[in-house]
Amino acid sequence: MSDMDDMDDGSGVVKKFMFLNRKAPHGTVYALEGLEVVLITAAFDQDVSMVFTDDGVYQLMKGVDTKGIEVKDFSKTYRALEGYDIEKLYVDQVSLDARGLTEDDLIVDVTVLSVDEMANLMAEQDVVISF
Amino acid sequence: MQFGILVNEGPYNHEASDSAYLFARTAIEKGHKVPRIFFYHDGVNNSTRMAEPPQDDRNVTMRWSKLAEEHGIDLVVCVAAALRRGIKDELLAPGFRISGLGQLVEMGIQYDRLVTFGD
Repeated sequence: MSDMDDMDDGSGVVKKFMFLNRKAPHGTVYALEGLEVVLITAAFDQDVSMVFTDDGVYQLMKGVDTKGIEVKDFSKTYRALEGYDIEKLYVDQVSLDARGLTEDDLIVDVTVLSVDEMANLMAEQDVVISF
Repeated sequence: MQFGILVNEGPYNHEASDSAYLFARTAIEKGHKVPRIFFYHDGVNNSTRMAEPPQDDRNVTMRWSKLAEEHGIDLVVCVAAALRRGIKDELLAPGFRISGLGQLVEMGIQYDRLVTFGD
């Protein structure tokens, strides 16, 4: 994408942006279009964190195959996040447990947080955008 | 305080754009500033002047245009989300413009609060 080059709003301000991913990867467009905002925010050299909670944990699940529903499989993008200096990936422990998942089921390295730890992390942010 | 507003849902199907409108109007009434509102996902459907709701219903798009004109609000529609949904420059209601996601990120950087309306 041409607008993935470094961007600048001219202020030099760096804020903590958290992207809260709550939806399954398919079924709605939120996860796909949400990723675009994450990448652009990183291009603005902001301090980006991504949180996966509720059905959002399915966005990181191994073995996704979208052929049957004839939509784009964008799960590779999560593996490429490191290349955009997006390395703070957090997953909600309760959401994993409720779906019978563990860290081993996920395609990228994440930090698993308890509800209290997640609340503390959110409280530290300047901007929280939820998709 | 300066508020940025993000609208993620289309009009009529979902209450998000009504709530966003009421929030913006009230914030301004209370003396706050709302310099820009960004429309993303199906929220881009708020911008088309082709919409003709029944006369006894609110006209969501015209309401945005009026608020923007009265208070100098920049109504920005995401280009990628708009193209995907058939929203083009020639369909835009007064006060709306199409631009990139950088305009959304700038709101987060520059304003005191960014408030999201959506599912």
